Amino acid sequence: MPPFNALVAAAIAYVAFLFAVAFAAERRAARAGRSAWLRSPLVYTLSLSIYCTAWTFYGAVGYAARSGLEYLTIYLGPTIVMTGWWLILRKLVRVGRSQRITSVADLISSRFGKSTPLGVLVTLLAVVGVTPYIALQLQSITLSFAVFAENAGGEAMDLGGVALWTAAGLALFTVLFGTRNLDANERHHGIVMAIAVEAVVKLGALMALGIFVVWGIGGGLGATLEAIDASPIAEWQQDHGRWIGLTFLSAAAFLTLPRMFQVLVVENADERHLATASWAFPAYLAAMSLFTVPIAVTGLAMLPEGSNPDMFVLTVPLAEQQYGLATLSFLGGFSSATSMVIVATIALSTMVSNHIALPLWLSLRRPGATVSGDVRALVLVARRLAIAGLLALGYLYYRLSGGGEALAAIGLISFAGVAQVLPVMIGGLFWRGATKVGAGAGLTAGFALWLWTLFLPGLGTDAAIPLSVMEQGPFGLGWLRPQALFGIEGIDPILHCTLWSMLFNTGLFILGSLLTFPQPVERLQGAQFVNVFEHAAGATTWRQSAAQAEDLLIMAQRIVGAAEAQAIFQGAAAAQGKAGYLPDVTPEFIQALERELSGSVGAATAHAMMGQMTEGVSVSVEDLMAVADEAAQIMEYSARLEAKSDELERTARALRDANAKLTSLSAQKDAFLGQISHELRTPMTSIRSFSEILREGGVGPEVQSRYAAIISEEAERLTRLLDDLLDLSVLENGQVVLNRAEAPLRRTIERALGAAGSRAEGLRILRRPGEEDIRVMTDHDRLAQVFINLIANAGKYCDSARPELRIEARRAGEAVLIDFIDNGTGIAPEHAGLIFEKFSRLSDHARAGGAGLGLAICREIMERLGGQIAYLPGQGGAAFRVTLPARPLGGA
Amino acid sequence: MAKRVLLIEDEPNIIEAISFILTRDGWTVHTHSDGETAAERVRAHPPDLLILDVMLPGRSGFDILRDLRAGEGTAALPVMMLTARGQTKDREMAMRLGATHFMTKPFSNAEILAHVRDLAGG
Amino acid sequence: MARATAPVFLARVSYRRRRLADAARMVPVLGSILFVLPLLWPEGEAGTAAGLIYIFAVWALLIAIARLLAPWLGRSGAAAEELGEGRGEGRAEEGR
Repeated sequence: MPPFNALVAAAIAYVAFLFAVAFAAERRAARAGRSAWLRSPLVYTLSLSIYCTAWTFYGAVGYAARSGLEYLTIYLGPTIVMTGWWLILRKLVRVGRSQRITSVADLISSRFGKSTPLGVLVTLLAVVGVTPYIALQLQSITLSFAVFAENAGGEAMDLGGVALWTAAGLALFTVLFGTRNLDANERHHGIVMAIAVEAVVKLGALMALGIFVVWGIGGGLGATLEAIDASPIAEWQQDHGRWIGLTFLSAAAFLTLPRMFQVLVVENADERHLATASWAFPAYLAAMSLFTVPIAVTGLAMLPEGSNPDMFVLTVPLAEQQYGLATLSFLGGFSSATSMVIVATIALSTMVSNHIALPLWLSLRRPGATVSGDVRALVLVARRLAIAGLLALGYLYYRLSGGGEALAAIGLISFAGVAQVLPVMIGGLFWRGATKVGAGAGLTAGFALWLWTLFLPGLGTDAAIPLSVMEQGPFGLGWLRPQALFGIEGIDPILHCTLWSMLFNTGLFILGSLLTFPQPVERLQGAQFVNVFEHAAGATTWRQSAAQAEDLLIMAQRIVGAAEAQAIFQGAAAAQGKAGYLPDVTPEFIQALERELSGSVGAATAHAMMGQMTEGVSVSVEDLMAVADEAAQIMEYSARLEAKSDELERTARALRDANAKLTSLSAQKDAFLGQISHELRTPMTSIRSFSEILREGGVGPEVQSRYAAIISEEAERLTRLLDDLLDLSVLENGQVVLNRAEAPLRRTIERALGAAGSRAEGLRILRRPGEEDIRVMTDHDRLAQVFINLIANAGKYCDSARPELRIEARRAGEAVLIDFIDNGTGIAPEHAGLIFEKFSRLSDHARAGGAGLGLAICREIMERLGGQIAYLPGQGGAAFRVTLPARPLGGA
Repeated sequence: MAKRVLLIEDEPNIIEAISFILTRDGWTVHTHSDGETAAERVRAHPPDLLILDVMLPGRSGFDILRDLRAGEGTAALPVMMLTARGQTKDREMAMRLGATHFMTKPFSNAEILAHVRDLAGG
Repeated sequence: MARATAPVFLARVSYRRRRLADAARMVPVLGSILFVLPLLWPEGEAGTAAGLIYIFAVWALLIAIARLLAPWLGRSGAAAEELGEGRGEGRAEEGR
């Protein structure tokens, strides 16, 4: 027997290995942008295996030992759903992707008019249904440790401690890898990779044990089949109702379990992976359950009567002195439990943060005010707290329920609970007429009936519902007895609950939908869900926006992060044929943006936030017409026309922009000579005047030296102007020789700060030198010139009481970005297009000796270096972004 | 009492030079460097002579001149305009708006002094 | 009869593809029926071993069918929409 400590060590080493896998996957995903194998159909298929929890890993054998083949129903339901992917899953995944759905609660909320109450309802249902399931996983880990401890010879151990440490460790892992980022599509590369590895481990463990049992102990296939026929479970006496009912429940739960929705829909990277998983996942399930009966039969024959069949997976190899195999089995069970808990808590925490925490936060603020504070941080904190809270809840549930039989039954109870979402989910996907009121009524009825008939009684005899109520009904109303509604007795409790709850759930859902009229947003969403394969583009929801692109950018940055938001805005601007970061605020853009944001905070919240920003925009009758059935046909014809007119509009917009710029420029060009004249004559005026004064004599020595200083200062200003002009002309004519060399950015930034010297006086510089260690191949003298200009500009124009300049450098794919952001008032959007033109000094105030050529020179330099410089709106102050290729193309 | 000259100009060094030259000649020189509030300043304390730069922050010298010529108390005020742009169309613009004299920077000290004496009758 | 002027093989390809999608929709129906069938076996004659073999055989059959259909459907899913065929399907689904 291996010492118990060795087992603990194996578990810890295994966890450390998972950490390493998750970490490596995150790193790879972040570095390469996309790694094919990280997101292969194989990984997708394996990640679905979190369906098989410890309950199925250990429990299936126990289930088989007690009830024969019935355990198979748990796998048959998902098999039917997966092989029938074309029917439901394909649509679910397409809707999930096109609407940026983050959870099953978000799906329901989004479908029924981005309804917050429905989101809350589904979240509550999921939390109530899944928390005991988490407790079950903690119990199975504790039990498996106990089996080893017992076997090792009665070592005294604190089993509660095991559960506690497991819960804490899982919370840590989930927080670390589940809430690293709030990326728009909520994908977790590290976690998906880790659960894929765990999938292999648990399958490997069961297969190894099965092969050992059949060929090692049983003496081959034929002998094993004979042993089955000779065993206590030889006869297959199947309750027909349970066989069909449980298959249905497992199929329903496969679609509605929060963790399954997470891996099936949210983490899906490519719809085509579904096609592979449609046969590969059923094959995985078949392999997982292939040896269940042989193991059960062997355990029943070999182990003393009264042994817990739920632990046969461990006790059979232990009894055969196969410690390696037992340890492998242990790790398989451990994998099953941990992967379920991790994904379930991620899915639930997303729901809790998006559908409970954020709406609460939004409603606490006065409407109309612009979004303030860091929503991103809020969401992440809410998720972390939710993860810790859920695991604490699971642990508490485990402690309070005292483990044992009551907990073991929770698997099916949980299935029956989450299955309440099924009617609304399917109805929402396939029936345009489904309404919010109907969905709310159906869900509430289903939830209530499930609580009353299955969940509360399942907590234990006399625990939540007194025995008298169980036997006589509440207030003596016999027809309300929890397990014999309407006086119909003798049905299996699970079936009883499923039957009644599904009947009332579906019935009220349909009835409510038929009797009520959907709101405009509901109809729009309904059309987009049901006709997801028809609508390439979404119907217009927002019109006549009052929001400014810059305000939207500020909000978006707070939610999805600066880099992501800037990329979205830049992409949208480019699609409109515009340069820079501020697209025109068209209804299409607003809708696309809302969808991006809903990927992070859920549809209802994103809608509410956009509503605040775009002040009181609502859906008009014309919008509704656009999505009405009749319009679908018109859309078909107009699709091509639209594509053409889009193209035209883009061109027109580009022309309009170019024209505005030209007009503005020609006025400037006209004034160009006047400008040069002005810039040259102004210092010359002082020089001439003061030199005449000095020549005439008659002034004191102090005044004399002061005037001499002015003359020299103005002469310097002249020289600088001439230098700038020459520099610009050389750059514009492309006669520059670049001295490229590879050097870290940090050195160049430091050199620029040094050279800016007095021009940056009083300016507080905020840097993170550690992040500036990026080696760049470029002309560092020229680059420093750009930096000096930007630093000097901040020193000159930043009008804050305590001026600060933040310098941030980072790598973005093949490019290196250096941002210079000050805390002044920034540059108004209408000027931002002009600042890089010659002599475009915005205000003649505070012209501390510059001629307005600095930024024009910067732009020319950056062009020569193969990069660019742009004004970055929405950063609070004036912000410039210098973009450099990490390696220049060619030698030019 | 010494005659008062108001100089509206935003380049500190040029302000200092002109102030020095005129003060030495016995004039009382007041200065103002913001274009936006310049017209008010002139109306509040009308000087004997106004020296007005064209390129000013906030408001151009031309606009200020137009404003003053339309006002009652300042319609006849002698105004000498200064510009560093030195284009003929600036000169035409200044004369059309009613400037008394137009001078291009840079100028000799003797030149500006002579014109000030001439215009303000010193 | 504008359809007749279209190249025949193209129509045939898209026709084939739609029938494949129909087949894909029938797979879960077939699976459900086959998995429920053992309930009709005469009482007392059905052994666990026989049941086990039957269920796993059906399982293997379903996996094989899905395996055969997957490459076609996985590819046509994207292609069908490009050709605008998704519309017809969507409407059919709606009516269901």
